[in-house]
Amino acid sequence: MSTLTMNKAATRLLIDNKAFLALALLVIVSAALSDNFLTVDNILNVLRQSSINAIIAMGVTFVILTAGIDLSVGAVLALTGAFAGAMTASGLTPWVGVPGTIAAGACLGAISGAFVAFGRIQAFIVTLVAMTILRGAALVFTDGRPISIGTTPAADLFWQLGGGYWLGVPIPIYLMFFVFVLCWGVLHHTRFGRHVYAVGGGEKVARLSGINVARIKISVYAISGACAALASVVLTARLGSAQPTAGTGYELDAIAAVVIGGTSLMGGRGRIFGTLVGALVIGVLNNALNIMGVSSYFQMIAKGAVILLAVLLDSRSNSS
Amino acid sequence: MSSETRQTLMELKGIEKRFSGVTVLEGVDLALYPGCVQALAGENGAGKSTLMKVLSGVHQADAGDIWLRGSKVRFTTPRQAMDAGIAIIHQELNLVGGLSAGENIFLGREPRTRLGTIDWGRLYRQAGELLSRLKQHIDPRTPVAGLSIGQQQMVEIARALSLDAEIIIMDEPTDALTDIETDILEQVVAALREEGRSLVMITHRLPEIFRMCDSVAVLRDGHLVHDGPTAALSENDLIRKMVGRELADRYPYEPPTLGEEMINVDRLSAPGVFDVSFSARAGEVLGFGGLMGAGRTEMAQAICGDVPIKGGEVRIRQAPVHFASPQEALRAGLVYVPEDRKQAGLLLEHSVTDNMSLAALPAFCGPLGLINAGRERAAVAHYIDAFRIKLRDMHQSIDTLSGGNQQKVSLAKALMTQPDIVILDEPTRGVDVGAKREIYLLINELKRQGKCVLLISSEMPELLGLSDRIMVLANGRISGEFTREDATQETIMTAAAHSEAATETVTP
Repeated sequence: MSTLTMNKAATRLLIDNKAFLALALLVIVSAALSDNFLTVDNILNVLRQSSINAIIAMGVTFVILTAGIDLSVGAVLALTGAFAGAMTASGLTPWVGVPGTIAAGACLGAISGAFVAFGRIQAFIVTLVAMTILRGAALVFTDGRPISIGTTPAADLFWQLGGGYWLGVPIPIYLMFFVFVLCWGVLHHTRFGRHVYAVGGGEKVARLSGINVARIKISVYAISGACAALASVVLTARLGSAQPTAGTGYELDAIAAVVIGGTSLMGGRGRIFGTLVGALVIGVLNNALNIMGVSSYFQMIAKGAVILLAVLLDSRSNSS
Repeated sequence: MSSETRQTLMELKGIEKRFSGVTVLEGVDLALYPGCVQALAGENGAGKSTLMKVLSGVHQADAGDIWLRGSKVRFTTPRQAMDAGIAIIHQELNLVGGLSAGENIFLGREPRTRLGTIDWGRLYRQAGELLSRLKQHIDPRTPVAGLSIGQQQMVEIARALSLDAEIIIMDEPTDALTDIETDILEQVVAALREEGRSLVMITHRLPEIFRMCDSVAVLRDGHLVHDGPTAALSENDLIRKMVGRELADRYPYEPPTLGEEMINVDRLSAPGVFDVSFSARAGEVLGFGGLMGAGRTEMAQAICGDVPIKGGEVRIRQAPVHFASPQEALRAGLVYVPEDRKQAGLLLEHSVTDNMSLAALPAFCGPLGLINAGRERAAVAHYIDAFRIKLRDMHQSIDTLSGGNQQKVSLAKALMTQPDIVILDEPTRGVDVGAKREIYLLINELKRQGKCVLLISSEMPELLGLSDRIMVLANGRISGEFTREDATQETIMTAAAHSEAATETVTP
């Protein structure tokens, strides 16, 4: 094996893992600039803070892989969070309440998916409408006021999902990795996963290959909704109450994580690992800028610049 | 009609054109005269459209000269050709559907007022004048999307007139036209000829060549094999000149061992398909000939459930079937290998493995839809070996493969589903000669295995060389049915080109 082919292989590896490289670079720079960054506590803190966005973004990855888009995840999070809060406040055990919340999220997503699949309406419009309606629904449901989960034993157990620790590691981090492993398995080792990629790669090809395109589309929006609902559980549990305006703007952070992770908005190409890394890139960036005392106004500018850089890198490597 | 004594308007000399090493045109000479309608005939892929694209600046010739009004010209963009008075009306019309007829006619050259805004009054008045010159009663304010294909074509012609083009090229202008619209086009062509313009018509429809054109040039395999007045030829002469080449032993035909009737299509109607009936048996290759756009692909799409059927019935092994999607057809053992590999057949950015196993995934899946990667790899490796697909590894992406190897993957993908009936739509398009023969051998292998093969091909020698029987379609209808013994290039071409003969069945 010549050095040339080795160099090629190494270059390929770097290009394939751009997001990971960006993350490593960000971690190194942050560690160099601040002593407080590379501590166990802070790392766990970053992971916990990233978990909500990561869980949402992994769901959105399925949608984007089919060349769709989901703008409704923030609103789904608000409404399902209110469900979760209300159920817990009524003393319902999380063993029922949490699956119920996730199922509700999946249903809300499936409705959007059905409009995309059968209504022949662009996903952007459908989910924009869903976002508006569900935001309103969340405000109606909560009457514009936070719903406290209360202090019942059920609420204590529920709170663990957002604020609890196991073996010194916050529960949301376990949930994030659980979702990652599940999504990875589904995307890379099941027929459904292949079909998701195929629908995004070419709908006509997928259809002629005997794939039920409508079923796949409805499913990916359902998955996206379910992930948003799980994120709502984590957020509501951590805060101890459901906020009617929770999740505002979360859809854009989720899409940013997917894009930084190298998934193509044109569909058919991307990896769930990239999305996880993309969410961590955003998380680390926010954290590092916070530690360094950069104002939140500048943080937004920095975040925008990083996303732009990631997308530029991606389009460069694709055209070559 | 001796061309030497007349002034030429445009002359092509020794035109040569290659695409990635393949010679598409070689040593083509053609002269255009004012007030003369020149037909350009030839089989699919003979180089007609390429020649016209060279003439109109879309492509640049690799060798040869173009002379216009006595001076040598070289067009590097279509715009330059347009400015020199050459207008081309492509088979796929170039109109903006949401804009009005008038806006389309003057697109990019809108008349301006003194303030620099668009002079709408003048635009629509002039557009209206142009359209009425073409005997079209179209309101120039109508959006183009609301016009019939024939009317859209007239809008294109009006645009050519607005450019005051002296040379107007029409690529298959009558393909999408009704008979009445064709008559109107004929009158328009006659009027343009009267005005002293030079017209070039590319057409497959032989009767129209004789009705509308003064002279006819024939291209075959990129060479000009004939150029002369239409009146000196009969229709049969013309067909012979078009298909002239000999049938070499490139087609390894094997007589079939016929089994039970596998598929029976009874008076099938679908968009672009009318009253098509046929049946085919196990171990048989049933060929489908016809011109491009004759409705063969539409027929295949209707049979495999991709497009809803409007009337008639499909029976598989005598049992009526109603496929709502290709998924259902696959389950019933019918697979369609589409003509358009890039849009419909393969996922170009995805790996060979992912593509090949896509339709057959259920066969490799355990509970929960988990893919058994070992079994999948084994099956893919088997087909790569059996079909002699040349690649580095089975995970490389499809678009790094040659056309022939891509097509083999496409075939393997279909055969992995273990079908009984295989519809092959132009299986050798864009495939080099060597890979073609391998695909022919595969088709013979399918025959031996007792599969029923429906072969759609526009390559006449291929169709004749492989089929046990041949159906010919024209305008979405069966226009001929031939046994292997009776089928010749001439009889098939006659059935395919005769749009008038669409209703009467040509019995050999």
